[in-house]
Amino acid sequence: MTAVSDTETTIGFGRVLRKEDVRFLRGKGNYVDDIKLPGMLHGAVLRSPYAHAKIVSINTAAAEAHPKVRAVVTGKLLETLNLAWIPSLSHDVIAVLATDKVRYQGQEVAFVVADDRYAARDALELIEVEYEVLPAVIDAKTALDPSSALIRDDIEGKSDNHIFDWDCGDQEETDQVFDQAEVVVKQEMLYPRVHPAPMETCGAVADMDPISGKLTIWSTTQAPHAHRTLYALVAGLPEHKLRVVSPDIGGGFGNKVGIYPGYVLAVVGSILTKRPVKWMEDRSENLMSTSFARDYHMSGEIAATKDGKILGLRVHVLADHGAFNNTAQPTKFPAGFFHIFSGSYDLRSAYCQVTGVYTNKAPGGVAYACSFRVTEAVYLVERMVDCLAQELKMDPAELRMRNLLKPEQFPYLSPTGWEYDSGDYPRALRLAMDIAGYETLRQEQAEKRAKGELMGIGVSFFTETVGAGPKKHMDILGLGMADGCDVRVHPTGKAVVRLSVQTQGQGHETTFAQIVSEVTGIPIADIEVVHGDTDSTPFGLGTYGSRSTPVSGAACAIASQRVRDKARIIAAAMLECSPEDLEWESGRWFVKGDPSSGKTIQEIALAAHGPLELPDGVEGHLDGQCVYDPPNLTYPFGAYICVVDIDKDTGKVNVRRFIAVDDCGPRINPMIVEGQVHGGLADGVGMALMEAIAFDEEGNCLGGSFMDYLLPTSLECPSWETGQTVTPSPHHPLGLKGVGESATVGSPPAVVNAIIDALSVYGVRHADMPFTPAQVWRTIVGSPMRTDMAFK
Amino acid sequence: MQVPAPVDYERALSLDHAIELLERYGPDAKIIAGGHSLLPMMKLRLLQPEVLIDLNNVTDLGYIKVESNEMRIGALTRHSELLESPIVSEHFPIISEAERVIADPVVRNRGTVGGSLCQADPSEDLAAVFSALKASVVLRGSKGTRVVPVREFHSGPYSTVIDPGEILTEIRVSLSSPCGSAYKKVERRVGDWAIAAVGVVLRVSNSRADDVGIGLTAVGAEHYCAYEAEEFLVGKELSEETINECARIAAENCNPSADQRGPVDYKRHLVEVLTFRALGKAVARCKGGSQ
Repeated sequence: MTAVSDTETTIGFGRVLRKEDVRFLRGKGNYVDDIKLPGMLHGAVLRSPYAHAKIVSINTAAAEAHPKVRAVVTGKLLETLNLAWIPSLSHDVIAVLATDKVRYQGQEVAFVVADDRYAARDALELIEVEYEVLPAVIDAKTALDPSSALIRDDIEGKSDNHIFDWDCGDQEETDQVFDQAEVVVKQEMLYPRVHPAPMETCGAVADMDPISGKLTIWSTTQAPHAHRTLYALVAGLPEHKLRVVSPDIGGGFGNKVGIYPGYVLAVVGSILTKRPVKWMEDRSENLMSTSFARDYHMSGEIAATKDGKILGLRVHVLADHGAFNNTAQPTKFPAGFFHIFSGSYDLRSAYCQVTGVYTNKAPGGVAYACSFRVTEAVYLVERMVDCLAQELKMDPAELRMRNLLKPEQFPYLSPTGWEYDSGDYPRALRLAMDIAGYETLRQEQAEKRAKGELMGIGVSFFTETVGAGPKKHMDILGLGMADGCDVRVHPTGKAVVRLSVQTQGQGHETTFAQIVSEVTGIPIADIEVVHGDTDSTPFGLGTYGSRSTPVSGAACAIASQRVRDKARIIAAAMLECSPEDLEWESGRWFVKGDPSSGKTIQEIALAAHGPLELPDGVEGHLDGQCVYDPPNLTYPFGAYICVVDIDKDTGKVNVRRFIAVDDCGPRINPMIVEGQVHGGLADGVGMALMEAIAFDEEGNCLGGSFMDYLLPTSLECPSWETGQTVTPSPHHPLGLKGVGESATVGSPPAVVNAIIDALSVYGVRHADMPFTPAQVWRTIVGSPMRTDMAFK
Repeated sequence: MQVPAPVDYERALSLDHAIELLERYGPDAKIIAGGHSLLPMMKLRLLQPEVLIDLNNVTDLGYIKVESNEMRIGALTRHSELLESPIVSEHFPIISEAERVIADPVVRNRGTVGGSLCQADPSEDLAAVFSALKASVVLRGSKGTRVVPVREFHSGPYSTVIDPGEILTEIRVSLSSPCGSAYKKVERRVGDWAIAAVGVVLRVSNSRADDVGIGLTAVGAEHYCAYEAEEFLVGKELSEETINECARIAAENCNPSADQRGPVDYKRHLVEVLTFRALGKAVARCKGGSQ
């Protein structure tokens, strides 16, 4: 096992300040909206005010007559370029600009290019669009009713709003388990639609050079290489004439995985005007039209013996995908990795069935620290286990402890086909309970209850599946999910590492330098991380689903290992011995038994570029490359405990404590891991207490600004109490598992379980997030609301 | 970034100059002070004034002073100044308690008291606070000055009785009336508008309430007032029973509408809970002998 360094360091793993913060803290970051090119024009998008309406006519004459307007683009014009529709990430199409009708509020209808942002926005008001309003399909539960309006009449032969049916697990065996079970508990639950809401909204600057034919796109993308290939495939542009640059990105959370109409429109604008065109959406556009997350209506059942042995899980999901199926997930898995819903427990059988439907809402469906729907899966199983505990009148921590997978069961093949790589679950749960003082908390709760006060303790245990993924199982639009890495050591011993993944705030410029440093012994400060520019980095699928460390981190470790291996050969030539005679210590090869006789990596680098005679077949310089196709996913896990106090008269929830024990394998930089966990926990508190995008009956989005879509602040968050266990992944070269989404996956059920635990004195077993004061009070009085609809 | 429509800008150098500019440009002009309500509305293009008249240089409108047994607050006084004022915290805990939960420090540093009242947002905390305090506002125009009770100033959501040529210059609160006051608010998240909030001002003699002011925020109360509840409590002994009944009456007579902050039944319930709590606090303050 790699030693875990929790001290400050200059070489390898350990605590080190983030390299990128030097510029961020000085306000010197370089985001898409900071890009200013000579002659650059500005675009603005006209959006639909209706959720579902036929476009009768569009009159752009007045906008075109505006003195500062350079181009007005409509769907009709895009049709002539064959760009009105583009492929989605899930074998559907999305409209770049609506041609026939609009299918959600906020959908793109026209695009204006003008001299400045103000003029472009002014001109939008000069475009006249005549709509014929159609009935909107807002409630996913009625989307398949024959009486519901047909949303996708653009698809030939389509007669309903059905997208897909998908199932996983052994249905027959699961049914048998349920038929014979002593106890079966059933619960319906909604994981409401939420939004990633990155601090930086989406945008692009497109610059088509009419002379060279080279198109450069600076854009807010988590996957610059995948985007380049998609632009090439969709627009027929030659890939070698395409450069996609993802500069500093102000948060992604999956929101910046896909290609948005605005990016394509910036490109079209640049082609039409022969000038660079910038398009940057505003906050409401981001919230109303870009990739949301969740929106899963789940009906779960759990089977167990009377003494609390969990036997099986069965679930049906109604998945609201919005107006176009544009979720980003591996081709074979239309419900992402939802089928990891059997969670962290040793059970006999599990079966899930997922139905995807269209509604008149914005498309997307996978963003927001999604782990490809592991978030929904963990919420389901962790709520179901609590429902079972309540039914059996058992302590939820004890029920979990009794059913958690045991360390000796790894590698563990789950009932739905996952191979969990490694874990010691009971140890993590016990540690969380110890930090929390679990037994004391339960005593306090009993005392509070006797006084009529509401206090709740919520436990959740999660198993993540990240690092997608093995090429033989996973691709996105035919592109395998492997990542490249290229490490070059300069003659003076400084190094550059080029990555295919792109950071949105995760600290890659620090952690990837630490990986190279860990393997080669080159100081972290001497290693430059290059990423985000397709012209200067190797191909790979990008950063989402917590995949950077498990996939690209492995590529980086192996490329660094190749540098070290080559350094050994060169050192042997320098020392006139055989490579086998050399032994490694951090940053240096030396002769076995003669430690004073050796060469540092810096000396070796200089020699590698000099006149030194190398063995036959060994080329000079000191480089290493790797394309890493992961053999399996990695399975980080954790145990979370949340303590809440609730004002029973106002319904206000106070999250008093939150204990998070995470196991993501060895930690490259514990400080960055803690930061990731803190952020994810805040996300979880936000989703559990306040975040949701609801719609009224006409399809008006009720979460289109930060006044309506609330994000938690530090005042809603307790001082996080974090802990760790370390179980390395057996198949990752450094044992690393990834942590980006762990806390977002694990925390919502802990908060909700705590709230329901508090409210259980009223006989409450479940109500849906978010637990705003109104929802808590309504739950207390026995009439919890549907949180995806307008409150009445 | 959301961008407003084209707009002209004038900087007023004095109050008279501001009034003159208002006369010159007419109803298409808007006074800007803190701008924390106006600018977002302009960016969303819900408002498209032709000219902004900036009051920020008329610094003699920013003050908190005591005169003629009244506390007088200049319209340009920032929320943060109200929050930090020892005069306010000594006499009117209701104001301090409200200010502590109005938006966030950034907004409070910039937003003004006069602007808050003129905006007439149904969820505006200060409107309910000054209504509970039975305060008055001073309006000045080219034709002179008039003093209007706050309870007659607001004429509905986002509307007031101010004339297009007038500027609100001062808020006046009598120092003689209260012996206890309090403000209670529930919000979904810190900085959010109130789901509901209640402000209470009491004067007690011989353990009976002889003057009662109850202001309600965000629940559709006319002039932000709980008239029926006030009327009920005047002259009554301040027992838990009467306070309870007063709270029930306040809830029964308000007129909340449903939105994502909460359904009607919850908001009404909240008015009852918060009225009860605010009254309890105010009574305790009266008994404590100090504010």
